[in-house]
Amino acid sequence: MQRVGVFICWCGTNISSTVNIEQVVAALENIPGVVYIKDYQYMCSEIGQNLVKDAIKEQNINRVVVASCSPRMHEATFRKAAAAAGLNPYLVEIANIREHCSWVHKDKEAATQKAISLTRAAVAKAILNEQLIPGEVGVEKRALVIGGGIAGIQTALDIAEAGYQVDLVEKTPSIGGKMAQLDKTFPTLDCSACILTPKMVDLALNSKINLYSYSEVTEVNGFVGNFEVTINQKARSIEMEKCTGCGICLAKCPAKKALSEFEEGLAKRAAIYTPFPQAVPNVPVIDRETCIKFVTGKCGLCAKLCPTGAIDYEQKDQIVNQKYGVIIVATGYDLINLDRFGEYQYLDHPDIITGLEFERLVNAAGPTGGKLVRPSDQKQPKKVVFIQCVGSRDKSERGKAYCSKICCMYTAKHAMLLRDKYPDCEAYVFYIDVRTAGKGFEEFQRRAVENYGVNYIKGMVGKIFPGDNQLQVNGVDALSGELLQLEADLVVLAAATQAKPEADEVARMLSISIDRDRFFTEAHPKLRPVETHCAGIYLAGACQGPKDIPETVAQASAAATKAIGVLSKNKLVNNPCVAKVEQAVCSGCLACIKICPYEAITEQVIEEKTRGKVRLRRVAEVNETLCQGCGGCTVACRPGAIDLKGFSNQQILAEVDAICR
Amino acid sequence: MLREKITPDTTKKEIGQISEISDEKILDCLQCGKCTAGCPAIHGMDIMPHQVIRLLQLGQVDKLLASTTIWGCAACFTCLSRCPRKVDLSKIMEALRLIVLRTKGNQRLEIDKVPELLAKQIPQQAIVSGFRKYVK
Repeated sequence: MQRVGVFICWCGTNISSTVNIEQVVAALENIPGVVYIKDYQYMCSEIGQNLVKDAIKEQNINRVVVASCSPRMHEATFRKAAAAAGLNPYLVEIANIREHCSWVHKDKEAATQKAISLTRAAVAKAILNEQLIPGEVGVEKRALVIGGGIAGIQTALDIAEAGYQVDLVEKTPSIGGKMAQLDKTFPTLDCSACILTPKMVDLALNSKINLYSYSEVTEVNGFVGNFEVTINQKARSIEMEKCTGCGICLAKCPAKKALSEFEEGLAKRAAIYTPFPQAVPNVPVIDRETCIKFVTGKCGLCAKLCPTGAIDYEQKDQIVNQKYGVIIVATGYDLINLDRFGEYQYLDHPDIITGLEFERLVNAAGPTGGKLVRPSDQKQPKKVVFIQCVGSRDKSERGKAYCSKICCMYTAKHAMLLRDKYPDCEAYVFYIDVRTAGKGFEEFQRRAVENYGVNYIKGMVGKIFPGDNQLQVNGVDALSGELLQLEADLVVLAAATQAKPEADEVARMLSISIDRDRFFTEAHPKLRPVETHCAGIYLAGACQGPKDIPETVAQASAAATKAIGVLSKNKLVNNPCVAKVEQAVCSGCLACIKICPYEAITEQVIEEKTRGKVRLRRVAEVNETLCQGCGGCTVACRPGAIDLKGFSNQQILAEVDAICR
Repeated sequence: MLREKITPDTTKKEIGQISEISDEKILDCLQCGKCTAGCPAIHGMDIMPHQVIRLLQLGQVDKLLASTTIWGCAACFTCLSRCPRKVDLSKIMEALRLIVLRTKGNQRLEIDKVPELLAKQIPQQAIVSGFRKYVK
């Protein structure tokens, strides 16, 4: 016999000012099964929790209904209280009479009726609640980090620091990512390489971290604590153990026509190359598309010159299979393609460049040795125009509706560096709004204006007309309402940031979600910012949304902490509210397999004895560790064989009945 | 000059008419000025294209109805092709012209004067619109 105890919370006056508690108590007294009712000002307080515990012991109640705030707030509190009193915690039911009732209504009479209905429904459900016992599963004590930019590096270092094995998979030949390409970092103007390379070296020397560079994750199966991952190590054409990184091959390679990815196409590189001098690992890779040996079969100079015989033209891709407890996604961002912005002539003129190209042009290790010159004629510019929001805050098909967040600050940095190094060079910045929310950011941007004489113009550029020697920039000062025509030597475009083109593929592979802009979605925008909806998979850096370096590093460390939380456990307890297949009813149509976003349902063949004969029958089987309890399968199931434990069809209908009565 | 009203008046009948005729959302505009910066017909305008939207956001339709800007717009769509917010300013200009033309007793053009005006090369759009009103 179910004996239900109902506990009604006033929540100070949050509930009691809109809901007449006395009326609710009176209405519940006549409901069959309800044997005890108690109301209290703060049910979540220790005194309130004790009311629940005492009632379980003294009144012999075996079902608890708490009418209070959202179960997101205090369901865990009351479940713990029940467990402490010896009751299975899944026999506790919450009626949300605050967020769903008192907070959204003004009419006290109607709100009271609604509170009664909601509580009655919870009672009806609680009567049908069953004891649920969570399962346990082991944890593979190894983390996988996808992406070797600053986000991935920081995450890997933090997890290794806690004593766990980390594998870092980086697609390109070296770790470092976008940060390695930057010259200085705002708002402190410290050299990007100077603060990044120590971390890269730390990572390379860390015995807990195993680096798979020039590799890609191709398949992910399994679930939190037990992910099974396939990694493809692309053929480098170099034996990593033998290579000493002496660099003879790079210097002597006769094929030097390819554009350097690291230099944003502003310089050429050899077919055998390391992206930049501080690359980790410092082992070159042969670009088989441009290598003369691979294209024509003749050459082989690098193999002849290599003192350790490390060159291997026959090398094949290698597949690595590994198990991981957690996965951290840190795949970063890209700049948008500017070929649809015809008015800026980016594709048609070498002196119209992106912000990232500007970084390389002013970098001492860049293609010009840090001397800012025009790509067209190698002359030093006298007037530079910066244009912000190129594709950002753009609702059209050409751009991105969001703010790219980093451009205001890096443009201020560029203009400041320019004026500092070349005081006779004028700097103009066209902007829509200047956004400098961040520690020291506003002061930094004002310094550009007040101390460095950067001309900020509120307005946009309509079109750039390339002339014989200069670029005619037609813009407007929207504040004064004056048209401007500037003869610029160099134009720098703050192109919008965007998610990586392969984000969709990565999301599909990991069963995590992406938003409309193809950034990965966090589990909760405020309270679970580094977790995904898939347990054991975390996000770090700009793959989740545009971010600057401090934010990326903070998020990376946060993701590492979440990962360590899982890795430090020997066993994981899973949510017992998962799907259950009534195999006798299952027709074996397997529609559930198709709808399951977590790949938690598999086909199973069972033996059945009917009239003395044994026959085999196909049915669905739920992996309780993988199942996240979303309930998709229960809806897809045509014979109604699948139920969600704790939310069975019978329980939901009982709630509906109770409300409609 | 002091503005007559400091608070925006977007409840005006004309504002509703403009959004109905043009089907454009004036609140989408960020006032970046890209339309003005690239407008090939700007030199015949007394109010700049981005200011047209600002005045609409403030509800100051009267200034626009009296301006040369709405007649100067050649509807070449340069602004729309570059606008980051997809605001079709030429539709708003047409809506403004229609409001002028639909106003009773607001005869702007007599057919007899057309040849003389043509010689002065006023925008063809203005003549056509004036004509429409004249023959109605």
